[in-house]
Amino acid sequence: MNFDFSDDQKLLRDQARKFLFDKCDRKSVRSILDNDQLHYHKELWLQISEMGWTGTAIPEEYGGLGLGMLELCVIAEELGRSLAPTPFSSSIYLFAEFIKNYGSEDQKKKFLPLIASGEKIGTFALSETNGTPKPSNIKTKFSSGKINGYKSPVSDGESADYLIIAANSDDKGNRNSLSLYIVDLNENGVNKTSLETIDPTRPACSINFENVEAELIGEQGMAWDMTENILNRAAVLYSFEQVGGAQVSLDEAKKYSMERFAFGRQIGSFQALKHKMADMYVKIELARSNAYYGAWALSTDSNELPVAAAGARVSASDAFNYAAKENIQIHGGVGFTWDYDCHLFYRRSKLLSLNIGSTRQWKENLISNLEKRNIV
Amino acid sequence: MDFNDSQQEAAFRKEARDFLEANAEKRSIISDKPNDKSPQIAVAGAPETVKGGKEAAQEALERAKVWQKKKAEAGFAAILWPKEFGGYGGSPIQQVIYSQEEHDYLVPSGYFEIGIGMLGPTMMVWGKDEDKKRYLPKMITGEEIWCQLFSEPSAGSDLAGIKMKAEKDGDEWVLNGQKVWTSGAHFADYGMIVARSDPSALKHKGLTYFYLDMKTPGIEIRPIKQISGTSNFNEVFFNDVRIPDSQRLGGEGEGWKVALTTLMNERLAVGDPPGLDFDQIFEATKELEVEDGLAIKNSEVRQKMADWYVQSRGLQYTKFRSITALSKGQTPGPELSISKLVTASKMQDVSAYALELMDSSGMVHHDQNPVLKNLFQNGYFFSAAMRIAGGTDEVLRNIIAERVLGLPQDERADKKVPFNELPSGKN
Repeated sequence: MNFDFSDDQKLLRDQARKFLFDKCDRKSVRSILDNDQLHYHKELWLQISEMGWTGTAIPEEYGGLGLGMLELCVIAEELGRSLAPTPFSSSIYLFAEFIKNYGSEDQKKKFLPLIASGEKIGTFALSETNGTPKPSNIKTKFSSGKINGYKSPVSDGESADYLIIAANSDDKGNRNSLSLYIVDLNENGVNKTSLETIDPTRPACSINFENVEAELIGEQGMAWDMTENILNRAAVLYSFEQVGGAQVSLDEAKKYSMERFAFGRQIGSFQALKHKMADMYVKIELARSNAYYGAWALSTDSNELPVAAAGARVSASDAFNYAAKENIQIHGGVGFTWDYDCHLFYRRSKLLSLNIGSTRQWKENLISNLEKRNIV
Repeated sequence: MDFNDSQQEAAFRKEARDFLEANAEKRSIISDKPNDKSPQIAVAGAPETVKGGKEAAQEALERAKVWQKKKAEAGFAAILWPKEFGGYGGSPIQQVIYSQEEHDYLVPSGYFEIGIGMLGPTMMVWGKDEDKKRYLPKMITGEEIWCQLFSEPSAGSDLAGIKMKAEKDGDEWVLNGQKVWTSGAHFADYGMIVARSDPSALKHKGLTYFYLDMKTPGIEIRPIKQISGTSNFNEVFFNDVRIPDSQRLGGEGEGWKVALTTLMNERLAVGDPPGLDFDQIFEATKELEVEDGLAIKNSEVRQKMADWYVQSRGLQYTKFRSITALSKGQTPGPELSISKLVTASKMQDVSAYALELMDSSGMVHHDQNPVLKNLFQNGYFFSAAMRIAGGTDEVLRNIIAERVLGLPQDERADKKVPFNELPSGKN
């Protein structure tokens, strides 16, 4: 049994951690939090692109490093730890994966090198209304080569140059009416409106489309299947970001509890707090293990992926949400001040657990995939 | 990443599987024996009381001994023990592989684990050569069963607070007091015991460790009836029990150190006893009807099932991480410390929820219960014990907090005070 990352992958992790420790400190994160006009940290994006992270799992022939999904998992965990304010997830876990897995040769040649180099940013738009996206509430339409409609919220929409969009290619309004299209967001007819989010370091916008040119990606009528697969892939990567964020939440809670004294002793010596932190540890280890299993399924293109991804996602959301909220609790009053960093993790934890579908949605995915698999 | 065995591991696994296939019966997810009182749920050191009273219990014990002898002859009874004491001289990963394979079979358990897993290794470290030669081989073959006499009415989580008196009288020691929660005392041939030889010393300093014959005059054993209705544990009373000084393990006053050797050797948790888990309730939800149809189609049920699935598989994959370390010849990280904490509460939650799903028939706990053979009713009671036995949830959280996370120890009132000056409650 070898249920672990390789030495090379661990080396990559150490390098990424050290790099982000230097280049993505809390001041950098706050520079995006505190400025409405900035949607991501451009300098950091440039640096991580130069290091090739954006091209980690993109084949060399399309300008990437040609490493695997396990390497991308390793980087995801570090981005999660550092709260990196970049469009990495939208551009790499989603847009690049759509192109890589479903794009034509021409589309791969056109888009992947620009994404791998970090020169252009891509994202994905599915949702149009409140609540869980489903075929019946997608109204955006494609006809005669043009997209008309509305998407909201679109993560990193304002930073993005390109978009994969789900739209109806006929009027039947069912699952097989939906296809995926690539849109250049710099074209005429694209109208973006900024949306504040619960974590401004991970921004979103709404986008109106009026006769915007678009090209089909993948097979017509297969949007839902392709989306499910790419979201499964992304869920594993998100779960690594979440595990990373959860671990730092625990580390910071622990550190504070050992520095802070009350009733003549370190507050970390009180069982009420120790047990809370033990519970954080339990959830984080479960999440880490579930994420590892997701990583294995992702990296081997296993047909276990739908179950493994949902399991990783549910477990990681639980761990990060719990660790982030209890980190505030352990800090006491200062925990809910703007000055202390607890809220950065509290914001990020909830945002990440909603961004590609809520926890309850992923729990539903998990059970329905288990039923499909019919063996447990 | 892969889940493959190395060539050597695969060969060992085949050896184990061949042995089991030839000698044992496969286990199903839910017992198909209609009147079983949870024979599928066993915990180390606590064999389920067999229905049918003493005779049936005796028969079960004999069956277990027959099984153990076969297992010992095949070499699998004490994989980690050195060959000179009848062990396999194997590695932790081989122990894991055997446990994984045995997990799929219905074999007797709960009789020999404490001896082979904890007490034998203690004797290897602290015993004299002639003791090792005399006792260890028979521990493996199951010819002699051992029990561990540690806990007392006033010393559970705070184990070093024991009061059992050990007074020296020439070449002998005289033991007086009471032990409790002793698994298997009623069928054990020998026991290991820690007792207080110097009450005026500090709590951890005044203890001495012995082994003894359970038939020594003055020992009285009374079973404890648990909420499950079964009796897996005993109270053991000592009235002027005289044992020779040659049965001391370690020096006078060194008992705590010896006891730590025993406790450190808790069986590798990697090969868990089969429990009541996600798989069982998942099966049940496909049979049980709730107000809007099959339970598994109900969205509240599905949400809860997902939580238990990620806990269950999360633990399994955590074990895989530890096994990976073992497989590379490394020491696993502390991640497995979460295992029992998660398992016990999950079992309690799963059982209680399954009873909810049965609605009013959930209250039936009758021998002829047609609904899932009492599995969840039994689990409901058993899990309450599991959250306490072998370290309470609270103690386990302290251990994670202090030893894994490095948080400060609690302030302690008992550190610098002689034992006989410590405040004690009713007991």
